[in-house]
Amino acid sequence: MSTTLTFAKALNTALADEMEADPTVVVFGEDVGTLGGVFRITDGLTKRFGEERCFDTPLAESGIMGMAVGMAMNGLRPVVEMQFDAFAYPAFEQVVSHVAKMPNRTRGKVKLPLVIRIPYAGGIGGVEHHCDSSESYYAHTPGLTVVSPATVPDAYTMLREAIRHPDPVVFLEPKKLYWSKEDLELEALRSSANSFGRAVVAREGTDATLITYGPSVSTALNAAAAAAEEGRSLEVIDVRSIVPFDDATVMASVRKTGRAVVIAEAPGFASVASEIVARVQERCFHSLAAPVLRVTGFDIPYPAPKLEHFHLPSVDRILDAVDELQWEDA
Amino acid sequence: MTISTGSPWRGSMQEPAGRADLDAQRAAESYMLPSVEPVQLIDPDGRHVHNDKYPLPDGDSLLGAYRELVVGRRVNDQANALVRQGRMAVYPSSHGQEACQVAAALCIEAADWLFPTYRDTVAVLARGVDPIQALTLLRGDWHSGYDPYEHNVSIQATPLATQLLHAVGVAHAAKLKGENTVVVAMCGDGATSEGDFHEALNFAAVFHVPVVFFVQNNQYAISVPLSHQSVAPSLAHKAIGYGMPGERVDGNDLAALLAVLGKAVDRARDGGGPALVEAHTYRMQSHTNADDATRYRSDDEVAQWVPKDPVMRMRTYLTELKLLDESTEKDIAAEAERVAAALREGLNAESEVDPEDLFRHVYSEKTSQLREQAAKLREELSREQL
Ligand SMILES: Cc1ncc(C[n+]2csc(CCOP(=O)(O)OP(=O)(O)O)c2C)c(N)n1
Ligand SMILES: [Mg+2]
Repeated sequence: MSTTLTFAKALNTALADEMEADPTVVVFGEDVGTLGGVFRITDGLTKRFGEERCFDTPLAESGIMGMAVGMAMNGLRPVVEMQFDAFAYPAFEQVVSHVAKMPNRTRGKVKLPLVIRIPYAGGIGGVEHHCDSSESYYAHTPGLTVVSPATVPDAYTMLREAIRHPDPVVFLEPKKLYWSKEDLELEALRSSANSFGRAVVAREGTDATLITYGPSVSTALNAAAAAAEEGRSLEVIDVRSIVPFDDATVMASVRKTGRAVVIAEAPGFASVASEIVARVQERCFHSLAAPVLRVTGFDIPYPAPKLEHFHLPSVDRILDAVDELQWEDA
Repeated sequence: MTISTGSPWRGSMQEPAGRADLDAQRAAESYMLPSVEPVQLIDPDGRHVHNDKYPLPDGDSLLGAYRELVVGRRVNDQANALVRQGRMAVYPSSHGQEACQVAAALCIEAADWLFPTYRDTVAVLARGVDPIQALTLLRGDWHSGYDPYEHNVSIQATPLATQLLHAVGVAHAAKLKGENTVVVAMCGDGATSEGDFHEALNFAAVFHVPVVFFVQNNQYAISVPLSHQSVAPSLAHKAIGYGMPGERVDGNDLAALLAVLGKAVDRARDGGGPALVEAHTYRMQSHTNADDATRYRSDDEVAQWVPKDPVMRMRTYLTELKLLDESTEKDIAAEAERVAAALREGLNAESEVDPEDLFRHVYSEKTSQLREQAAKLREELSREQL
């Protein structure tokens, strides 16, 4: 039976299903209890599972993160919510020095099966500190698994997989997708095969590959649809998992099309987008007909709401980049 | 596993008190304040000091603890020697603080947890961790050498105060699982300025979890004296700000430490919640062998602490009470020598490191990127061997 769910409700359902399936899963953070989270992702969990399974903490992100480390050390599977991307920074020391390193430090004796949920990225007209694309900080930290769903079904399956994962997962939720809706077969998803760590071809094409993730997947798909009208067939890769990175799927696509544009909201300098470009040119050099280009945010602090549309990758900017890919017919 | 029901919080903040309740409230608050002087049960001359609140632990416990104290001192001296001989990269010694070390390990049960710092190797050993495994970190083989679950001793944390939150998490998980575990979380005086110290105390108090925070105030954070860290009346006074009791204790008095920590641990185990214990002690040596303490403190200052030595006063006390005789003393000294000899032997043996270990535990399963990098290193090494 097909149901219509929002991205937010899919995440909420995933949390509930995993809490039901595994009594060691605990959810905590700021306002996640009675309120159900500022985006309502934890709505109803306290009521259903009790306030020892889903609860509010004092306002202290390092405290939330550090306590999660200890709980994971002692047999629980904490899923913590950082209220917004930029408010996760107080927890950074715990994330980098302990979450990421504890398993390696102890030669795998201490596993930290925990999930750090972070609403991230822009496009919602948010004021400063509410729109950062902070993925590069986490992706640059060995030991962290970093994923970002871009579709409603992925919101559900990837969150469940993240909670079951034996290692700590930074789970980046594109805020602008929270209200997006899709029809899906929840029962089929509940028993679907594990695709954690893999990229997917979100749209097939033959002329060039758009490589992207999270909030920019829908923009890339819109660009591909527009390009199709002009007779250009663009393939869109949804990376899904930033770490580990699915080289195989991405490279297979670029080898097929011979052209690529990498798209992300974060400032481009020293970013995930830069890493993808480097990997593609190292591995696909002889298949490339043109330099791999990027469409990213500018190298600026996240702009104020009235200016953010100048900053964010847009369909036009993506199509402009595609036009620059040294077409023989040009 | 089932998670027990009941609120994770201690309860809402107290309602504003009516006049009739004010006295009761004042009493409730003042129990959180530390005693005026640090609790002392055996003075530097080895004499018992009576204390209404803290009875002296029995003779057998004191003798057992004294044994660990002597071994701890010997471990510190031996480890320093091994650094001088180039067998270890560095050693932050707890020389002068051994009473704190021993008490931290002895005040809890086997199923309880200890969260030590880089300075707390003696406590780690007193908990039963293999000495060579414990010193792996400082020998430079790996970041940590023992399995934290074997003796419920977490890694010796280096980023200051971060481990206090892990301690709160372990205690919180234990509480949710219905396990009666107590956690002792250690840090230094300097670490009390870190944000994680405050967040840990606040979380522990709000969630009412069984953690005893144990601050060894050895007067310095590397070169910075306590007066530059805090102007609170004492570090133990910070407890009341979070709604938990604080106590200060003579950190060179093993008997007082056992009594004060023991009481805090019992209280935590009985559901009384967290507590903060501040031990007044002194770092008799430099921060580590790489530091030069003469740049920031006088020999006179150090000399004042020599007569307060924790080992001496216990020996005097136990000898005068005839709990310690010459043959037991010899026996203890021989045991300390055995431990030191084992350390020398273990650390003088060449240790093998395996470059493949670099990639082995970053993730439960190597990513394709790490598999490629490991293969590359392997290939590089095989070329070198040709
Ligand atoms: C977050 C952090 N900042 C700085 C350091 C460097 N550092 C190591 S030990 C130390 C002094 C700590 O003093 P204290 O907490 O009093 O403990 P003690 O060394 O005296 O036992 C400093 C600054 C560190 N380890 N972690
Ligand atoms: Mg100190």
